[in-house]
Amino acid sequence: MRAVENALNITIPDNARLIRNLITGIQYVQDHVIHFYHLHALDWVDIVSALKADPKKTSSLAQSISDWPKSSTEYFKGVQNKLKAFVERGQLGPFANAYWGHPAYKLPPEANLMAVAHYLEALDWQRDVIKMQALLGAKNPHAQTYIVGGMSIPIDPNSQNALNAGSIAFMTGLAEKALEFVKKVYIPDLLAVASFYKEWAGYGGGVGNFLAYGEFPNDNVSNTENLWLPRGIILNKDLSKVHKVDHEKITEYVTHSWYEYSDGNKTSKHPWDGETNYRYTGPQPPYEYLDTDGKYSWLKAPRYDDKPMEVGPLARMLVAYASGHKRVKEVIDSVLQKLGVGPSALFSTLGRVAARGVETLVTAEQIPVWLGQLAENMKKGDLRIHSREGWDPSEWPKEARGYGFHEAPRGALGHWLSIEGRRIKNYQCVVPSTWNGSPRDAKDQRGPYEAALIGTPVADPEQPVEILRTVHSFDPCMACAVHVLDPEGREVTRIKVI
Amino acid sequence: MDPVLEKDPSTETLSFLNKKVSRRDFMKFCTAMSALLALPASFAPRMAEALTNAKKPYLVWLEFQDCAGDTESLLRATKPTVAQIILDILSVDYHETIMAPAGFQAEKSLMDVVKNNKGKYFVVVEGSIPLKDGGVYCCIGGRSAVEIVREVCGNALATIAVGTCAAYGGIPAAQPNPTGAVGVKEAVPNATVINLPGCPMNVENLTACIVHYLTFGSLPLTDKLGRPYFAYGKRIHDNCERRAHFDAGQFVRRWGDEGHRRGWCLYEMGCKGPETFHNCPTIKWNEGTSWPVQAGHGCVGCAEPYFWDKMSPFYKRLPNPPGFGVESTADKVGAGLAVATAAGLLIHGIGRAIFEGKKEEKGGE
Repeated sequence: MRAVENALNITIPDNARLIRNLITGIQYVQDHVIHFYHLHALDWVDIVSALKADPKKTSSLAQSISDWPKSSTEYFKGVQNKLKAFVERGQLGPFANAYWGHPAYKLPPEANLMAVAHYLEALDWQRDVIKMQALLGAKNPHAQTYIVGGMSIPIDPNSQNALNAGSIAFMTGLAEKALEFVKKVYIPDLLAVASFYKEWAGYGGGVGNFLAYGEFPNDNVSNTENLWLPRGIILNKDLSKVHKVDHEKITEYVTHSWYEYSDGNKTSKHPWDGETNYRYTGPQPPYEYLDTDGKYSWLKAPRYDDKPMEVGPLARMLVAYASGHKRVKEVIDSVLQKLGVGPSALFSTLGRVAARGVETLVTAEQIPVWLGQLAENMKKGDLRIHSREGWDPSEWPKEARGYGFHEAPRGALGHWLSIEGRRIKNYQCVVPSTWNGSPRDAKDQRGPYEAALIGTPVADPEQPVEILRTVHSFDPCMACAVHVLDPEGREVTRIKVI
Repeated sequence: MDPVLEKDPSTETLSFLNKKVSRRDFMKFCTAMSALLALPASFAPRMAEALTNAKKPYLVWLEFQDCAGDTESLLRATKPTVAQIILDILSVDYHETIMAPAGFQAEKSLMDVVKNNKGKYFVVVEGSIPLKDGGVYCCIGGRSAVEIVREVCGNALATIAVGTCAAYGGIPAAQPNPTGAVGVKEAVPNATVINLPGCPMNVENLTACIVHYLTFGSLPLTDKLGRPYFAYGKRIHDNCERRAHFDAGQFVRRWGDEGHRRGWCLYEMGCKGPETFHNCPTIKWNEGTSWPVQAGHGCVGCAEPYFWDKMSPFYKRLPNPPGFGVESTADKVGAGLAVATAAGLLIHGIGRAIFEGKKEEKGGE
């Protein structure tokens, strides 16, 4: 959308900017909470151990870290009974064959029980708060109101078929519900769990370079200096300097990817000149191993100025922190202080998990601000949702090219396109999990996942929960294969991280 | 705790799904499900009995060429909720996105179900299956999607293909379909498959299918395209809240114009409601919060086979939409649409016979 708008020089109305900010904002909040509780928590939380918890002590623990009302002994007893009944029924479903009892699990039974309770609460909560996106986007998942030049959801305080005061009230309620859970459940849980796993501030650092395109325009999106979460680059873990992003420096390699470039295997291409000619050269299935000396991935290897970059909440929060974003700085400093660690701890598996929490909190706080601006526009009689310019392809120039940047929950997303004869001639996407999960490049530099796994201790190679912790901390957008190598480079085991 | 529905004389509550709920709430839920399935209210007690049965049926959820949109949709379930499904109603032993184990342990969970419950378990498939070049374009744990789906769906009681990709190939199968992507039924012709297309599927239709089976012990009746009548029996257009504006000739002409703000018909903005069979207008999304037409955007026909090719351009109305009226069937509309689409494509200068094109693609297997 932004790539086309950029190519055709379209400026979207302010209401469309705000609606997009709100849709993306609530997506961050909901998605990050789901990631923490439902996609990542079981790498840290032993649910079987929760059966041994004392509900009274669990209640004390919960009340010591938060004034969230669901914290009575009776409540945790109920959750434990439910869990007990589930286990006794003998069909463990998605929790069967996992790593329960593994020595890497460090939480006391009471913290495990509290986390199980919040796992279930978060399932109900996420379904509710995402209704903000459904209202603005028609449905969730897959919002359908995005159109080139604006949004298709009409605004009119005097219509029952458009966003009106009732819609603002509905969304305000959801925004409050979102923020309350994040403040009183997610953040306290995150800090409590992290305090038992501080050694993970020493593992999983990765490439140490971070890229954020920035997101949430405060005015016109082309004003890249005025984004609520700033654009920038951090190199070599150096927080004293934020480098400017120059999109011309972004290129992709296919040296170890199942694609071919017209000018060979070793070159890299800017997305405007990008080629996607797939050619699979791996083993025929079924197979045991991939040959990682050759091509071994469907992902290309994106690089910035020839360097691998990490993208995602950690990158965004580091860029904001180093750029002096006031609220981000306050929250990060307070998290670091509570955990008793310095900023260098951020460059780790634990830092990635914490940064996601920080971003959730500051975004949940910001949503009411955008809602207020939308209401203010309505009050002034500004009902515009679509620019109208460029909607009809007959108005387009013969040739155009553009790019659009977005920060998805998982990280920096860029689209590049060229238009010829009013048709798209080339379209290239460089997506967050391509940055983070990239294979090696022509110089043999590793991508962030691969680099982050180096040095991670694994207690039992047959039960490599430690590997899952680091890979899941990136919030990968895929079922990805990870190979664990011993110091001599022999493969010890092979894990599918899902 | 005994999961059987039992009366607790002290509190007048029922132990439903290991959770204390009032009998009134529980019966209300069963009645709502009966209504969604268009059943008489007298079926509610039978549904209650089935839902509280002790042995949980097994279900495995496979993901192939997908975006996890249907998995996200699953998380939005309300009747019952995803927690009730996973903890109480079904034994969901394999689901890549939500399961705790990984790697060999995860694959063991899948194979345990296939081996120990042959012919008795359910499969949900999300995402399309690439057939081209021996299936190398989607491999999990070194096995191709097509090999996995043939083993797992071939031995199942039934497979529910969720989302348009699993049902008909969806977006990966859009021209030029580089990987030879197809839906489940095409990859495993002998399997029993229910299709729940949509991008993503509406989870209320998935839960209704499950409840239908638990209540009646049979699968819902489906049309020629494998879609249950209870969810795909009528066109969007026939149930559309803006139908009166269509009949009155009141059309939105530009985004944000007065007609748009007043909720007029989106047909001129490219709405594919007249060609699309789905229950969006009646059940809506996210507990009735909205659906595309309510949010001012036309239907893009996402629940129809090959919608990406057939229904685009999304913002141009298709010429001569087939006969209006609730008596039209999917087959009639489909036949009419093929002609209308071909004409539409020519008009827009694409001129590609997509149906022939599809056959050629599949020949590459």
